[in-house]
Amino acid sequence: MLRQDFNRIDPKRRNVVDHRKKQFADPGYKETAYPHRLNFYAVPPTADITLEQFEQWAIDRLRVLAELEACSFRNKTPAETAAHMKPLLEKYLPLDSNSSSSSKLSAERQKDHYSHFILRLAFASTEDLRRRFTRVETMLFRLRLNDESTLAKERNAFVQSLNLEWDPINDEERREYASELAALTGFRKGVQEEENWFKVDWDRVPDLVEGRRVFLRAGKAYVPSRESTSMVIAELTPILDHLSKNFITPDASYSSSTSSVPGADISAKNVDALSSSFPACMQHLHRSLRRDAHLKHFGRLQYTLFLKGLGLNLEECLIFWRTSFHKITDDTFNKEYRYNVRHAYGDVGGDSIRRGGGYSPFSCQKILTEHPPGPGEAHGCPYRHFNLENLTALLQQVGIADRSVLQGVKEDKEAQKFHMACNRVFEHVHKNEIKRAKDDGIMTSAQLETIVHPNEYFKRSYLLKNLGKGGQDVKMEES
Amino acid sequence: MADESIQNGDSQISNDDITMAEPEALPSASNGADVEEKKEVKLEDLFADVDSDDEEFPSSRPQETQPSSSPTAAPGSPIDTGISLKASDPEILRSFYQRLFPWRHLFQWLNHSPTPTNDFAHREFALTLQNDVWRRYMSYPTSDLMRKEMLNLLPSRIEIGPVYTTNPRDRKTVRNASAFKPIAKELCFDIDLTDYDDIRTCCDKANICQKCWRFMNMAVKVVDAALREDFGFKHIMWVYSGRRGIHAWVCDKKVRTMDDQKRRAVANYLEVIKGGAQGGKKVNLRRPLHPHISRSLDLLAPYFQTDVLATQDPWRDEERAAHLLTLLPDRPLTTALQNKWDASPERSSAAKWADIDAVAKSGASKSLDARQLLEAKQDIVLEYTYPRLDIEVSKKLNHLLKSPFVIHPGTGRVCVPIDPRRLEDFDPLAVPTVQELLAEIDEWKDQEGGDDVKEEDAEIRKEDGVPAAKRSNIQDWEKTSLKPYVEYFRSFVLALMKDERDSKVKREREEADGMEF
Repeated sequence: MLRQDFNRIDPKRRNVVDHRKKQFADPGYKETAYPHRLNFYAVPPTADITLEQFEQWAIDRLRVLAELEACSFRNKTPAETAAHMKPLLEKYLPLDSNSSSSSKLSAERQKDHYSHFILRLAFASTEDLRRRFTRVETMLFRLRLNDESTLAKERNAFVQSLNLEWDPINDEERREYASELAALTGFRKGVQEEENWFKVDWDRVPDLVEGRRVFLRAGKAYVPSRESTSMVIAELTPILDHLSKNFITPDASYSSSTSSVPGADISAKNVDALSSSFPACMQHLHRSLRRDAHLKHFGRLQYTLFLKGLGLNLEECLIFWRTSFHKITDDTFNKEYRYNVRHAYGDVGGDSIRRGGGYSPFSCQKILTEHPPGPGEAHGCPYRHFNLENLTALLQQVGIADRSVLQGVKEDKEAQKFHMACNRVFEHVHKNEIKRAKDDGIMTSAQLETIVHPNEYFKRSYLLKNLGKGGQDVKMEES
Repeated sequence: MADESIQNGDSQISNDDITMAEPEALPSASNGADVEEKKEVKLEDLFADVDSDDEEFPSSRPQETQPSSSPTAAPGSPIDTGISLKASDPEILRSFYQRLFPWRHLFQWLNHSPTPTNDFAHREFALTLQNDVWRRYMSYPTSDLMRKEMLNLLPSRIEIGPVYTTNPRDRKTVRNASAFKPIAKELCFDIDLTDYDDIRTCCDKANICQKCWRFMNMAVKVVDAALREDFGFKHIMWVYSGRRGIHAWVCDKKVRTMDDQKRRAVANYLEVIKGGAQGGKKVNLRRPLHPHISRSLDLLAPYFQTDVLATQDPWRDEERAAHLLTLLPDRPLTTALQNKWDASPERSSAAKWADIDAVAKSGASKSLDARQLLEAKQDIVLEYTYPRLDIEVSKKLNHLLKSPFVIHPGTGRVCVPIDPRRLEDFDPLAVPTVQELLAEIDEWKDQEGGDDVKEEDAEIRKEDGVPAAKRSNIQDWEKTSLKPYVEYFRSFVLALMKDERDSKVKREREEADGMEF
C-alpha cells in the first residue's frame, strides 16, 4: 500500500531509482538517518517500534492534526494558527532544528516520520479521508516550513536535498519580461532586482497558477523565490495523494435518524411553512425558487439534498419540484429534472450510489468551500457569497431588524467567520426559546453548541419553536 | 422515392470511407439496454449537464421552416417530403448523418492517427435517442462502425466524453471497479450568452443577435490568447454550440492527460468574474494587475468603447446605472454623478462613462483617490467585457460536451467550428441549418456538370495524403455551405495528427538512444 512510483513525477528525473532499490541497495540493516528537521515522507520507515509507541505516536499526531483542522474551520490566519499551534506542537510533536542543543533530535524526527506513516495507513480507507489527511498534513508541513525558528540556511539545505530541479532564469529573460515580473512582485519597488526567479513547467505549480501568483509564458511558470514554499508543497502533495486508491466507498449518507424531526409534517405542501425554520442559505434558495419558478443546477442539488435531510421522501420531493417549476411542461420536467432528483436519493444510478442511498446533504464546510455561485446562481452561503448590502437585505426580508445583530453579522463576515454569523442569527431568532430550554433543563449546552450543518439548524430551530406543543414527544434526543 | 436517394448517398460515402476496415456486426450495438445505461452517471455531471444544455429554455423563435426552397426542391429528394420538418426529425437526421456529417474527420480528430487506436475505441460517446432516452458509455472501433450505428439510431444529440482505461462497453466485465476510469480528454471551455443577461440589453435567455454575439468575440480573443501565449497550447478548436454559446476544445497531447487539479488550475487562472446574483461587485483583483489581466484589458478596451458603451448602452436604464454607481468608490463622487444623471434622464452610457472623469476632475469630491478611481474603472471594464466561463465544464476530466457538427435541435443549426483568425467574419445567425444544407445539395444537383470542380478537388485530396483513387464523385458536404467549416476542421485535424506523429517519432528515437547505454 505504501508503494510509490517515483518515475511519475517527471521523466527528466528518471535517475531517481525506485526507493526500494535505494533503501535496500545495501544488504545490511541500516538505521534511517534524519539529516534535516523536515521530512518529505518519501521513504517509509523500516525499523521496529513497540506497540505502545505505535499507538501513542499516532494519537499524538492525530491531536495535532485535529487541532490544525479546527483552526482552518475557524478561518484563523496563518499567524493566528501558528501561535495557537506552537504549544501543542511542542508538547506532542516537537521538532527541533539542527542548531538547537536538543539531544533528542533523532528521536523527535523518528516519531514524526513513523507517526506520519501510521496515520497514512489509518486514513487510506476512503477518498474523503485521504483528501482530508492530505490537506492537514500539507498544512502541518507548511506551518513547519515557514516556522521562524528554522534558519534560512537549514531550510535551503532541505529544499536543495529534494533535488527538485528548478531552473533559475537568465538575465536575458529577466530583461525581456521585466515589466511582467515587476507586476508580480507587488508594491515593493526595487525588490525585483534582487529577487530570484525560477522557471518550471506550469503544471508543477498548479496552485500558484490557479491563484495567478506566477507569470506564465509558453507553458513555463516564472516563480519568485518567496513562493518556493508553494513549490515545495506542490511537490509534496502528489506524494501524499498517491495513497492507495483501491478502497472507494460511497459517500456516507447523512443518517435520517439524526436529522429527522418526530411529529413534524414533512411534505411537499408544507415546505413553505417549514421554511421559516431554514437557515439563510436555504431560505434564499426557497425564495429564489418561488420568485423564478426555477433554480440552476447547484441550487437544485444543494436544496434537494437539504430537503432529503429533513426527511422529505422521494415521492414528495418530486411533487415539490414539479409544482415549484410551474412554468414548464410535464414533458420538460420529466426529461430534464426528474432523473436528477431520483439520483440524489439513490433511486437510480450506479451500484455504489444506490447502496449509499444517494448523496449526503451538504455541510456548511462543503457549501462554504466548494462550487462558489456564478452569475445567476442562488446556492452557496449568503454570509460568504453575498456582499454586505444584499446580505443585510436578505436578513431584513426574513425579519431580522435588530441593529446589534446586523452589526455583529457584519463583523463576523469581515473576519470571515461565516458560521459565527449564521449562529448569531440563529441565537437571535430563537433567543426566547433557548432561554426557556436552558432554564427548564430541556436542552443541555452540548445540544446548543455551534451549528455546522444546515440540517442541524433546521432541526434545532424546529424543536425550539415547538417546545410547548405536543408535550413530551418532542423531547430532544442526543444528536 | 426518398429511399432511392438515400441509397445513393450511402454508396457515395461508403466508397470514400472504404479504406477503413469493413464493418462487422457491432458488439451489443442495439441490444436495448437503454435504461440500464444510465447507471453510472455521476450526480454532479447530471446537474451540470442539464444547465449547460442548450435546450433548457425553450426556443422563442419558430421552428426552422423552409420558406422559399419548396418549389425548387428536386423531386425524389428527402426534403420534398419534409418542407416544414423539424431539425430533429428522423428523416432529416438520417440524410444529415448519411450525406453531410464528417465522420472520418471526427474519427481522426479523436483518434490522433489514420489507423484505429484505443484513443478512439475507448472513447465514450453519449447519445440522446429519438425517444429522448439518454444512452451513455457507447464506443466504436472505427468511424465506419460509428457512422453505421448513428444511421441506425439517429441520435438527436451526440456528446463526447473521456477515453477510459478499457472499452466503455466492457466496463461491467472488468474485475474491480477502479480498473475502469477515465484517463484522457480534451480540456474544454463553455461560454454561454445567458450568463451575460445582467450586462446585455438587446436580448435575454436563449435569444441572441449580432449585437450580443460580440461578447463571444471578446471571450474567444481573451481565452485564446491566454491558452496560446501563457500556457503554450497549440491545438485549440472553437465551436459554435448551435444557439447561444461557444465551446473550446484544447486538444494538445499533454493537455488531454491532465488531472482534475491541473484543469482546475487553468480554469481558475482564467476566471475573473466571480460571485452570484447577490454577490455585488464581481471583479476583485489584486494590484498591480497580473500580466494576463493587463493583456486582457488591452484586448477588451476597444470592444468596451464600441460594443458595450455605444451598442449595448448598458446604463441608460436608471436601475442599471444605479449598479454602475455601486461599483465606484467615494460617496461624494457618486452623489454628484447621481444628481447629474437625475437632472438629465435618457443620458447615454458613453456620456455617463465620460461623466465619471469629468466630475472627478471638477473637484466635486475632496476625498477622491485618483488611483482608486482608475482601478475601479478597470474593474468595470472587465465586468462588462471579460469572458464569463461556465467553469465546471473545464474542471472535470469526465465531463461530457456536445460534439462538433451535430445539429442543435431547437435552431436546426450545425455546431460548426470557428476559425479564431477570422473571428470577426463569423455570424451565428448565418450558420446553415440542416434543412438549408439538404436543400443546397438538391440545388447543386440541378446545376451539375462542373467537371473542373472535381479535378481540382481530387488534387487537393492528394496533397492531403488522402487516397483519392476510389472517388468517382465529390462529396455532398462540398456542395453546400458546410464546406468551409468541414475544410477548417480537416486542416485542424491534420495539424493535430502531424504533431502527434512527429512527437511519437521523436520519442521513439529518444528511447532508442537510451537503449544504447
